[in-house]
Amino acid sequence: MGRTLIDKLWDTHVVADLGDGASLLYIDRIFLHERTGSVSLQELKAKGRAVRHKEHVFVTMDHIVDTFPGRGDKTLMPSGTDFITATRATALEAGLNLFDVTDERQGIVHVVSAEQGITLPGFTQVCPDSHTCTLGALGALAWGIGSSEGEHALATKTLAVTKPKSMRIVFNGALGYGVTSKDMILHLIGRYGAAGGSGYAITFTGPAIAALPQENRFTICNMAVEFGAFAGVIPPDETTFEYVKGRSYAPKGAAFDTAVASWRLLKDDADAAYDREIVVDCADIVPTITWGTSPGQTLRIDGAVPNPIDAKDANTRAAMDKALEYMDVAPGQKLEGLAIDAAFIGSCTNSRLSDLRAVAAVVKGRRVSPNLKKAVIVPGSTQVKRAAEREGLHDIFKASGFEWRESGCSMCFNAGGESMGEKWRVVSSTNRNFENRQGPKTRTHLASPTTVAASALIGAIADVRKLG
Amino acid sequence: MEKFVHLKAIAAPLLRVNIDTDVIIPSREMKGVSKTGLSVGMFANWRYTDVAARAANPEFVLNRAPFDKAQILLTGDNFGCGSSREHAVWAMKEWGFRAVIAPSFGAIYYGNCVRNGILPMVLPDEAVCAIAAWVEQAPAMNQVEIDLPTQKVYAAGVVYAFSIGDSDKDMLLEGLDPIGVTLKRDPAIQAFETKDRVMRPWVYINGPA
Repeated sequence: MGRTLIDKLWDTHVVADLGDGASLLYIDRIFLHERTGSVSLQELKAKGRAVRHKEHVFVTMDHIVDTFPGRGDKTLMPSGTDFITATRATALEAGLNLFDVTDERQGIVHVVSAEQGITLPGFTQVCPDSHTCTLGALGALAWGIGSSEGEHALATKTLAVTKPKSMRIVFNGALGYGVTSKDMILHLIGRYGAAGGSGYAITFTGPAIAALPQENRFTICNMAVEFGAFAGVIPPDETTFEYVKGRSYAPKGAAFDTAVASWRLLKDDADAAYDREIVVDCADIVPTITWGTSPGQTLRIDGAVPNPIDAKDANTRAAMDKALEYMDVAPGQKLEGLAIDAAFIGSCTNSRLSDLRAVAAVVKGRRVSPNLKKAVIVPGSTQVKRAAEREGLHDIFKASGFEWRESGCSMCFNAGGESMGEKWRVVSSTNRNFENRQGPKTRTHLASPTTVAASALIGAIADVRKLG
Repeated sequence: MEKFVHLKAIAAPLLRVNIDTDVIIPSREMKGVSKTGLSVGMFANWRYTDVAARAANPEFVLNRAPFDKAQILLTGDNFGCGSSREHAVWAMKEWGFRAVIAPSFGAIYYGNCVRNGILPMVLPDEAVCAIAAWVEQAPAMNQVEIDLPTQKVYAAGVVYAFSIGDSDKDMLLEGLDPIGVTLKRDPAIQAFETKDRVMRPWVYINGPA
């Protein structure tokens, strides 16, 4: 029987069979950031262990570093600086590739890893960060790990992993007006639940995936972890190769051509079988938004909040009851038109140049509602920031009333101390609507960047398609 | 690492699906570059009515005796989903938890448990709920007993069998240092690299090409 893309990625990296479905897998690239990476590096040093292949280890500052213009090592959270200085010291001492606070290559780990050509098709890559799966959009097997596993990968260039089951998700049809790749993934998670992909590595495929520009593909794989999956992969194609070509760390010239010839084999064999298959018709997808505190609690933009009475079991009902109370919404309520306090555009999900261009197209010549207490746009990397400014996007954002920031994870969560206000209702282009994530008792509604932009203009949750 | 072999302990029910690691240890409770001092921030937003003042919420299960001595957590589907932060496991270990029983786990959280001597046990939802109901009848007396070598749980007058991967089981039983184990395979890693350099030379490019 033929092999799946996931089988091929797996087989290429097996160093040893550990029995019972587990393998020692070779890890091609390791990325660290200041929140979880510093612990790995300190532990490694304390145990007197060296980094194997330090040239394949990259470090950036994104989680805790603040995003205010003119920033440095200081953060709003007093101890935040310790993470930055500890990471810098341990990374430099170990001789790792460091994209420091003021480095032109700095940015959100999963944005810069692709942007710099560090992740290549066919690679395995890990980072002590759950959204490492983002990079699966390049045809790489990339997944998030804990700090202890990070230490293991640094010391041995391998990880012991039990092979997950395989799932293929086929997106058929084409996206309608105002519908984005963010809506595709929110729709999927809403339909099958936040644990819908639990225990699986996923291949996202089908005509609607193939039609997506590379940057929009990252958004799909980014939220594979929100679907409970081990990893999500998109078969690399001409779009991928064109994206990778010429990037800083990518092979050049004949070496690139040799690599591409190999990468073309990274697809399912015709007779490859997956453990599970899901087919989604994109005609069913409209702009989608979350109503609750799990990424699985989603709604069509024109839909109504569900009733916990209809929950499939008691524990699901308990979670829905808690979410309704926390979010201050009621069963049957429509979200469209619900007043908001803030808007946030950024994160490893949606902060790339194409996201910013789409937002600029929505907000150009319009003003953010005076009812908003905060409206912020945070580019995913310093390179994205520079590119956006070359196009004048920052002028459009500022003229509309958005803050324009330095790159970083920012208020996707409040690790560096900056947060949304207590009980604020926020429409956010990020990936997690968990309780207290964006601030104390902050009520987060996840949506596409253009839905966030439209909502910011209206001052309430809005259907971007009606904006005209 | 502390071994896990056998445990008989008080179990606390927290029956809700999709409890994420932001709930287990909020970002604001991760104040230092350290694995310790985290237990005070565990479940901070649920455990305290005023987080800054550390005012205990009497409603929260882990604030109620005898659950404040619980070493086992009974919970819902997809426990530990979300952020990879190992701080969630470090906080729970420091607080005293040695096992979590749920129908499913966030994959990264599961791996983090095994590497820190906490047993993540998968049981069907009905079994978790039945055990929780039995525990609630007499929490101090109705203790849950876990035997890892035989992969059995004794609770509510029933013997439940559970599955766990061989390598995860060994790591818990032996308290092994996984890096030390892998470093013994160094010849295999070197052999892989020698072969792989020929197959995929672009992997071994150092620095910008």
